[in-house]
Amino acid sequence: MTERILMCGNEALAEAAVIAGVDAYFGYPITPQNEIPAYMSRRMPEEGRVFVQCESELAAINMVFGASATGKRAMTSSSSPGISLMQEGISYLAGAELPAVVVNVMRGGPGLGNIAPSQGDYFQAAKGGGHGDYRSIVLGPSGVQELADCMPLAFDLADQYRMTVIILADGMLGQMMEPVVLEKKPGRKLPPKDWALTGAKGRAQNIVRSLWLKEGVVEQHNYELQAKYEQVQKNEVLCEQYQVDDAEIVVVAYGIAARIVRSAVSKAREEGIKGGWIRPITLWPFPTEQISRAAEDFKIFLTVELSCGQMVEDVRLAVAGKAPVLFYGRPGGGVPTVEEILERIRQLTIPETSELHKSGLR
Amino acid sequence: MKTVFARTPTLKDWPTHYCPGCGHGIAHRLIAEVIDELGIHDRTIGIAPVGCAVLAYDYLDVDMVEVAHGRAPAVATGMKRTNPEMIIFSYQGDGDLAAIGTAEIIHAAHRGEQITVIFINNAVFGMTGGQMAPTTVLGQVTATTQKGRQAVGDGYPLQVAELLAVLPGAIYIERCSLHNPAEIRKTRKAIKHAFELQVGGAQGLSMVEILSPCPTNWRMTPAKAMQWIENELTKTFPLGRLKG
Repeated sequence: MTERILMCGNEALAEAAVIAGVDAYFGYPITPQNEIPAYMSRRMPEEGRVFVQCESELAAINMVFGASATGKRAMTSSSSPGISLMQEGISYLAGAELPAVVVNVMRGGPGLGNIAPSQGDYFQAAKGGGHGDYRSIVLGPSGVQELADCMPLAFDLADQYRMTVIILADGMLGQMMEPVVLEKKPGRKLPPKDWALTGAKGRAQNIVRSLWLKEGVVEQHNYELQAKYEQVQKNEVLCEQYQVDDAEIVVVAYGIAARIVRSAVSKAREEGIKGGWIRPITLWPFPTEQISRAAEDFKIFLTVELSCGQMVEDVRLAVAGKAPVLFYGRPGGGVPTVEEILERIRQLTIPETSELHKSGLR
Repeated sequence: MKTVFARTPTLKDWPTHYCPGCGHGIAHRLIAEVIDELGIHDRTIGIAPVGCAVLAYDYLDVDMVEVAHGRAPAVATGMKRTNPEMIIFSYQGDGDLAAIGTAEIIHAAHRGEQITVIFINNAVFGMTGGQMAPTTVLGQVTATTQKGRQAVGDGYPLQVAELLAVLPGAIYIERCSLHNPAEIRKTRKAIKHAFELQVGGAQGLSMVEILSPCPTNWRMTPAKAMQWIENELTKTFPLGRLKG
């Protein structure tokens, strides 16, 4: 399939997962990602692969755990409330160092919230989510093509580092239709899965576990996990930036928010405001260095999210007090318009109106 | 000298962590013997629960995984669906299977997953110190029913085997016990049958529930615990084949 075709994000990512060689999909219905299990229920049997509609998200993530423990490529998808239920399994996957791909098509929360697009699960995804000192790799695509392109990368990263990779999309990305090209590209060279449970034939038994009762063993296990996470932080950061060098204001946004920001910054440039933007593609590992570098020359940072401000904390950590970091966002399904963001950029940069000028910060 | 008895190869030579008089050791040995007898060692994956048997992989020399509390049937589903040629069994206690994992076992049976479940029922949460389990019998004193389990408030003992037996996806359900050598032999036969069904590709889930002593948490001697199974526990959990 190398021609450009029109697809919604949910179906595009599902087909991209099939192309990436997913052996098994396990899922439970929840809006706004229902196109994924529907698509997989048809496509996976066509390929002789596994589709199971599970009794719960708890079961889904544990089926992923089971398939992954045998060395298979397994994935699940859900939306915010369902992803909350999966946190137990994600923690166990981290403890047992099993690869897994989890798609979160975020919706408004907390609680049952609504089914509108949101970025309210950033903390949950990027900071851990379940119990214990662990990380998941988090990808935040901003269009249907990138959402599809994330899938082979996610499976490769999961296998390479034996980690969970979370695709942090949102209801708008999942539902909107855009032209995509879906083709199989060569993947990474991956280590053999000699840890997998394939039957103890001609070798000692393999054990996949996360419990270590002997004193000091879990402490050591945690140091080893951290060393692995440092490698990910060092090697896997993905980030896009535009017109940052001469910018007086840099807008940081990911996912669908970055699409709106892009238009707002272009309009600001048309008005003579020197704007630029930074778009983290990996939310963990976070592009701390890129943002830190951008903050070397004094700029105003504005973070825009479909939330009350979650990623902004990581932007502040990266900027480390070198420049003011402000926030604009709308939670619970509210989507900022280009004009709203542009107005915020104007407020912050035009001397007569700037709150920063008034407050003496600038 | 003629060898009249030897440890079966799949049972590892490992010092036990179980309490004196515990039934897990017997159950482990029976499973290991069946695996060797059926010649399926090379293609068997076992699933250890959360509970006293979490370390089952220290004793059973097959590929094994340790999973979250109660989720073994879901993990087994993920394994068996992607590896239909493998023999997948879960080993679960009553807290694991009958409390926190109720949804997973019911739905694995409901879908007719081709897996084998060994369900150890000792009527208490063992590892955490003998709290009430769903299988605790009425009047039984536990850490959390200190005046004995009351139907009103604590609920009735949950008979999971009977629940599963009505599901079309469950093809073989039998309740056995470890309280004397004759019953242990019957248990071994049941375990073997459950594995044989999976080896033969039978379309559905098989489960053997095993009444097993927990002298430590029952506050009994090992001998008394065996008698208590025979005289008391079997009243609530009658032995025999419920299905298949």
